[in-house]
Amino acid sequence: MKKWTRRAFIGAGVLAGGTLVIGIAIRPGNRSSKVAGLIASEGETVMNIWLKIALDNTVTAIIPHAEMGQGVHTALSMMLADEMEADWSKVKFQEAPADKEYANFTLLKGFVAGNATFPKFIEETIDGVFLTAVKSLNFQITGGSASVRFTGQQAMRIAGAAAKSMLMEAAADTWKVPVEELIAKNSIISHPSSNRSATFAELAPAAAKVNIPTQPKLKSPGEFTLMGTSQPRFDIPAKVTGEAQFGMDVQVPGMKYATIKAAPVFGSKVKSVDTTVSSSQRGVKKIFNLGDAVAVIADGYWQAKTTLDALPIEFEATENSGLNQEEIMDRYRKAMDTDLAEGNLDTHFKDGDATTALEQAAILVEAEYQLPFLAHATMEPMNCTAWVHDGKCELWCGSQNPLGVRAAAAELLEIDTDQVTVHNQLLGGGFGRRSETDVMKQAILIAKEVNYPVKLIWSREEDTQHDVYREATISRMKAGLDQSGLPTAYAHQFIFKHHPPEAADIPYSIPNQLIQYSSPASHVPWGNWRSVDHSTHGFLTESFIDEMAHAAKQDPFAFRKKLIKDQPRFQRVLDLVYEKSNWGTPLPANWGRGIAIAQSFGSIVAEVAEVEVGIDGNVKVHRVVCAVDPGFAIHPNGFIAQMESGIIYGLAAAMTGEITIENGAVAQSNFHNYPVTRMNEAPKIETHIINSGNPPGGGGEPSTPVIAPAVTNAIFDATGIRIRQLPISKNDLKASIRPTT
Amino acid sequence: MIRLTINGKEFEVDATADIPLLWVIREQCGLTGTKFGCGIAQCGACTVHMDGQPVRSCVTPAVSAEGKNITTIEGIAPDKNTLHVVQQAWIEEQTPQCGYCQSGQIMSAVALLNENPSPSDEEIDAAMSGNICRCGMYGRIKSAIKRASATLQSSSPL
Repeated sequence: MKKWTRRAFIGAGVLAGGTLVIGIAIRPGNRSSKVAGLIASEGETVMNIWLKIALDNTVTAIIPHAEMGQGVHTALSMMLADEMEADWSKVKFQEAPADKEYANFTLLKGFVAGNATFPKFIEETIDGVFLTAVKSLNFQITGGSASVRFTGQQAMRIAGAAAKSMLMEAAADTWKVPVEELIAKNSIISHPSSNRSATFAELAPAAAKVNIPTQPKLKSPGEFTLMGTSQPRFDIPAKVTGEAQFGMDVQVPGMKYATIKAAPVFGSKVKSVDTTVSSSQRGVKKIFNLGDAVAVIADGYWQAKTTLDALPIEFEATENSGLNQEEIMDRYRKAMDTDLAEGNLDTHFKDGDATTALEQAAILVEAEYQLPFLAHATMEPMNCTAWVHDGKCELWCGSQNPLGVRAAAAELLEIDTDQVTVHNQLLGGGFGRRSETDVMKQAILIAKEVNYPVKLIWSREEDTQHDVYREATISRMKAGLDQSGLPTAYAHQFIFKHHPPEAADIPYSIPNQLIQYSSPASHVPWGNWRSVDHSTHGFLTESFIDEMAHAAKQDPFAFRKKLIKDQPRFQRVLDLVYEKSNWGTPLPANWGRGIAIAQSFGSIVAEVAEVEVGIDGNVKVHRVVCAVDPGFAIHPNGFIAQMESGIIYGLAAAMTGEITIENGAVAQSNFHNYPVTRMNEAPKIETHIINSGNPPGGGGEPSTPVIAPAVTNAIFDATGIRIRQLPISKNDLKASIRPTT
Repeated sequence: MIRLTINGKEFEVDATADIPLLWVIREQCGLTGTKFGCGIAQCGACTVHMDGQPVRSCVTPAVSAEGKNITTIEGIAPDKNTLHVVQQAWIEEQTPQCGYCQSGQIMSAVALLNENPSPSDEEIDAAMSGNICRCGMYGRIKSAIKRASATLQSSSPL
């Protein structure tokens, strides 16, 4: 038994023209020359599909992930350059083209198999199966907090180490010296005893003749020179000058602008619209009825928008046209009741006999929680520029899933994927929203009717009302405690299970568990929302464990710690947040502290929030202390920024985030009625990292699930009021209604 | 046709009475650093300066900018090879994440520091709370403003 083979990544081939290629692409049946053509220009040696070396000795890392500010282009380049011993000042990056060869093999394998070990004889088979599966899934997703932990670990580092090894072999062969006497440093291979040296670029052609290392040796953390340091991010300078180009900023010669209004009720159709363009509509080119939406093309966005706004459109009524939020929640409750009564609940996890243990418990804790729909509200409204011409389709957009976009375009236009080019741009926020392909498909449907490129821009109102939403949910939770306050049973009935599959698990040692769920029908489209199911379960689990602690009359920190005594990683994170937050020290009147901890996407995060609840009921979060064990933070400053970002994103949702349905449609439309956290509401955030040496965990999502319960637990500490319904703004916290102690 | 002065340059643009300055700047003048975020002056991504004052260009009619000096993110650096003190501070604090809101944030910050070279935390909050950052980089934005403020203090002639 040993860890995953790396053989699948390492193979060699010589392209037309004699260029050296190493990598995953070079397996029987793969078209390596195509990849080289996509990424390399004249004079550059493609060492493998993850890196190339130019004549001026610059090394370019080829990154198969989108940049949305998480610093992935920098962090993955660092991982490759560190293993390769490349001169960091001469390292550049290039985002990989949307091509199947860059399918996130590593990502899917990481998700499905984790860090599992397999017997040697089946390793290659498994790799082959995964590779095929990923390619057919059109997977090139930036999501799941996965870039560093899967692509970085399993591709970039290995590619860098393999390239270094080959260059050293080439030097040893040329100089007729033992490879052990060579030193690789700063993009130069040297042989000190004979005083010879050569640059990577000089050695690259000779490296083509070298046998490929099947398992290049990776550095141990003590040998890292770049990993674990906070190099200035590549993407930042252009973001302070206005030069950074997002999808919204693309300019294609001859381009016109379009905007769109989809049927407000999901699933509804356009009943009638007059698509005639009148001569008084200056600059307007065309009005379309797309069936479920109406679009206008004009010389500029403003003409398109004002024309669309003024256009009388009738939409068909559907069975959901009269549906309101209250009825949706009632339906969910009924489905839960019915599934329970009829024994139709799906079981997520069962251990022992929770039903009997609950009946016999000395103390019973019981609560129902409710969470709202949430929109993503990325800063950059949805947009896509499309040009359909000569049997081809070109798209300019910021996507977390460029291969999915390519496949969707090909299917829609009934053309080969090779005829679709996706020019991926910077993303003005992703959070899961930009893993969808809906906007691109609309842009294509519009652009295929005209002979010029069209930039489709959604208004903020369209963006808010036609998102894919974090699920609204209801949860019913029960726990039994014995006389001493020790939990003896835990039962949780929730609705909707998407992913990750383990999100409803609890980290606490409680015997007799029964975790079940229902999946009622909903017409509101669902989508990945930062941390996905962890965004609900983090709040549910960590609120309810707090209720249990208080029912047991125990300190919430001490109660948690006792229940995770067999999990040292959790314990260290809890201890660190305890220490750094000054847990247990006095606070002013009407202030409170709350704690929460959860593991998601491979990282364990604990947060302590310090809040003040005014006598008028206003909540001010003053300080958040965050302790996190991500295994190893490749780029600490970038990782800390991710923690801060996930906390503010989750805080906005916890405080005021709520999408409601009225008459089948989303009631909110813009930041005035879907408010988000602003600077005057933002707490001070202190992040503390534990490099535990475990496999690297994700950064983009794991700080989000715990902020809501940290804050609501703090509100309980301050007021004695337990928040069981989000957002917090829906709860009356005035001093006059607080329980007296 | 109206004439606009943006970053010291003259532009002749086609403007109806109602078209916001934002769309003229982005689509007709080709200056895409100024961003569209909400269209109703709620998020601040479209912030530009009009005669030195920060305005939300998404609700400012282009015609009202005639005869005024408009400055966008592309026009704040003193010259091609030197960044504005605020831009430099933004890099040093590694402030942006996705970066989409940052043009607007920087324009608000520059306007604040022009008025008040050493703002308190509360004054920073007051001046900056009209600018939303969905990546939540508020702490870094505040640190960068303080850093720029310190640079301005130390480089000011006595």
